[in-house]
Amino acid sequence: MSKSKVKVEKLENDSTSSQVLREILTGSPVRTILSIFVGFAVGAIFMVVFNPEVLKSFGYFFSRPGDTFGAMGKTIGDGYGALFRGAIFNTQADTFEIAIRPITETLRFAAPLILAGLGVGLGFRVGLFNIGAVGQMAFSLIGVTYVATQIQLPFVIHTIVAVIVAVIFAAAYGAIVGFLKARTGAHEVIVTIMLNYVALNLFSFFLRTPGLLLEKDGGGTPKADPALETAVLPNLFTDQYRLNWGLIIAIGATFFYWWLMERSTIGYRFRMVGFNANAARAAGIRVERTFVWAMAASAAFAGLAGANQGLTAVGGVTPSIHANIGFDAITVALLGGSRAGGIFAAGLLFGAFKAGGPAMQVVGVAPEILHVVQALIVMFIAAPPLIRALFRLPQPPKRKPISEWIAARLGKGSASTEQKASN
Amino acid sequence: MKLELRQVTKRFGTLVANDRIDLVVEPGEIHALLGENGAGKSTLMNVLYGLYQAEEGTILLDGVEQNFKGPGDAMAAGIGMVHQHFMLIPVFTVAENVVLGNEPTKKLGVLDLDAARKKVRALSDRFGFDVDPDALVSDLPVGAQQRVEIIKSLIRDAKILVLDEPTAVLTPQETDELMQIMRDLAAAGTSIIFITHKLREVQAVSDKITVIRQGKVVGQAKPTSTAGELATMMVGREVDLKVNKSVAKQGGNLVLRVEDIHVEDDRKQLAVDGVSFNVQAGEVLAIAGVQGNGQTELAEALLGLRHVVKGRGAIALNDVYVDNQSVRQRLEAGIGYVPEDRKKDGLVGEFDIAENLMLNGSYGKPFAKGVAIDFASRDRIANQLIKAFDVRTPSASTQAQKLSGGNQQKVVVARELSREVKLLIVSQPTRGVDVGSIEFIHERIVAERDEGKAVLLISTELDEVLALADRIAVMYRGKIVGIVDANVSRETLGKMMAGVAA
Repeated sequence: MSKSKVKVEKLENDSTSSQVLREILTGSPVRTILSIFVGFAVGAIFMVVFNPEVLKSFGYFFSRPGDTFGAMGKTIGDGYGALFRGAIFNTQADTFEIAIRPITETLRFAAPLILAGLGVGLGFRVGLFNIGAVGQMAFSLIGVTYVATQIQLPFVIHTIVAVIVAVIFAAAYGAIVGFLKARTGAHEVIVTIMLNYVALNLFSFFLRTPGLLLEKDGGGTPKADPALETAVLPNLFTDQYRLNWGLIIAIGATFFYWWLMERSTIGYRFRMVGFNANAARAAGIRVERTFVWAMAASAAFAGLAGANQGLTAVGGVTPSIHANIGFDAITVALLGGSRAGGIFAAGLLFGAFKAGGPAMQVVGVAPEILHVVQALIVMFIAAPPLIRALFRLPQPPKRKPISEWIAARLGKGSASTEQKASN
Repeated sequence: MKLELRQVTKRFGTLVANDRIDLVVEPGEIHALLGENGAGKSTLMNVLYGLYQAEEGTILLDGVEQNFKGPGDAMAAGIGMVHQHFMLIPVFTVAENVVLGNEPTKKLGVLDLDAARKKVRALSDRFGFDVDPDALVSDLPVGAQQRVEIIKSLIRDAKILVLDEPTAVLTPQETDELMQIMRDLAAAGTSIIFITHKLREVQAVSDKITVIRQGKVVGQAKPTSTAGELATMMVGREVDLKVNKSVAKQGGNLVLRVEDIHVEDDRKQLAVDGVSFNVQAGEVLAIAGVQGNGQTELAEALLGLRHVVKGRGAIALNDVYVDNQSVRQRLEAGIGYVPEDRKKDGLVGEFDIAENLMLNGSYGKPFAKGVAIDFASRDRIANQLIKAFDVRTPSASTQAQKLSGGNQQKVVVARELSREVKLLIVSQPTRGVDVGSIEFIHERIVAERDEGKAVLLISTELDEVLALADRIAVMYRGKIVGIVDANVSRETLGKMMAGVAA
């Protein structure tokens, strides 16, 4: 009898991490919006606290408190105002064409975030923490860069071949993780992190070595030739905007992700394994094999992000071309609840952060604040269930305190929508 | 100590779990709290134990109003509780477990285990618990672990002892021993609240019975009431406790042949140790036995979730050896499987009912067209099955985890019975299922048998085994003690469940 008890406990331990995921992913939209709001609020505090004007005005706070509050308001207004101008619409521009440039930059930055975010999100849906999007992108970049710089192909076909090679490279690299997990039980978090090092260093080795990817006439710095013109992802509009076909790939991938996860039996089985691997096994699904396929599929999306980077790099690919997109993708997937639409929206938000950062710097606000905001948003989303699961606290009551708080202030109508949302 | 609950009301959101409940337990009384799963018994006891705060109503002990903020307060006031799942630390000794949270200390806070041992021994002798204070809890059988839990309460001077479904994990003999202990404790003045849904035990041991249905007290009954009367009160309508079934047809094909198989559990211990039996078309073979004697591993091995130890036995389905087949191949070859733990193995709680009904059917028609889910066909089937199996749900798109235990089980049963199966393996089909659904599920199992399917029923509930089986195999420590006809006496079965061959 004590036998079966031990067994049950073990199983519960095994499923702790996927339980955490499940809770994070089933968070209500209200919580997400509140998290974004709180993230921005805390970011505002940071801006204020580290602003010299404000600090100076604190010196005579009691004689003229208005100055302090004025300085605070101005700092926050300036900072987020600059973010708006840098990421959405430049109100200070002379012509409309220039004024809308920021939004196209946001879209440009968002595309690879969305692509890699879809990959990480797919992993989450299957109960896998794919921390390896960075490495999978780097590995795919080896293939992309080779195809884009060393092979001669006609227009369009060249690009398509490069993208396909990226997907295959990344998928194969991801499948290794799934295979090791299925065969040996190695945890995918550790494997993916270690394979990140392998891929990043391999990539930089390729870029450094003459005869591999190093540019012709290259010196000591690791850098590839610029992609051939036939391979480059073309710009969508005039060359005034750098927005390119990467956005179209991201939109297409988002739709495909939606179909795969919500409408196809493959995604159905992926989700089944993610929610309850035991039940999936009893339903005749080979869970281990599913891990391999899911990791490959997850990495394939990261490969698309790699292609986007490799085929849009100005002046040639360098080891830093991955731009930490693979890590940001984790936050994108978490914020987006691993759903197609959510990931797309989260990618846009973080793309806006990237686009708007420099503009903030111009008005004297450290763009690092945006990274803090980004981290805090995800933390507020992830922390409550994380903390609960880590400390094995009981589930909160069905109606969460925040929803009650909102319900009490907005009347009954919104209370019922909130309940639906949390269902 | 006299316990009185007056007009206790506990709500969860809009759900009223306890609706103005009155309950009086006299000193030295064994008071049975009878009700279906989900009737509100456990909620009420958690209110009494301080785990929940009631919205309305009062708790009185010897006429003094109490205000419990937590279990600590309740314990201090003399209330002890033995949970269904034991709260013991397996690697600690009995004495260490018993004093945990309440440790006697010498100077400088040094643990005084001798004092603990003495107390355990004194209580053990007084009530005939037969528990060694220095034994490791993990080495004790379940019945003894339960007695440790009781000692834990008594050592804190519990005057009122709450036993939450205490017999679920016991053999019939252990159940009898527990009942004797309950009587002795009551004779010594301890009041006992005995939570259960098993009618026979209520009749055997209780002084007074309070029946709860849907959060309300529906009445009191005497232990002399018949099982039928009690069941009717509990469910709120007439219940037919007997399953009507004809005698099984003899001479059906051998659908399942199990030949001397050996199966290991997760710890690589032999859990199934040389088991052989056959199941014919048109009969129900029941595997009876106390939980944890290898039944789980046996069922999993039959489905292919667990490997049979190589070279040691074989499984044949319709005369085809399936040992090397995957789970999916076996399912497609005609095995229907209702797992013992529906939440773990039978359902995906986050999936809705329609998704759960296609769990093992996602590879083709009627649920899929190519790799796309055929939503129209899926939803049509879901709605048909919901109707046919009387699943009480707002819609087919309701999440499975939002359903009651009985309705969840109906979803699993509906899925498995709606497939083309030749062999049905049903494990604990009515565990945690309300009486109304039990009746329904039993009828469906018998109907499957009458249609000529082979049914392997694995159950620890003797009543269920006796109601459904044509033949009964009893498992004990991984072996089959014997296979007997269904008209065998309850006593014989009880002995076999303790390992004595018939």
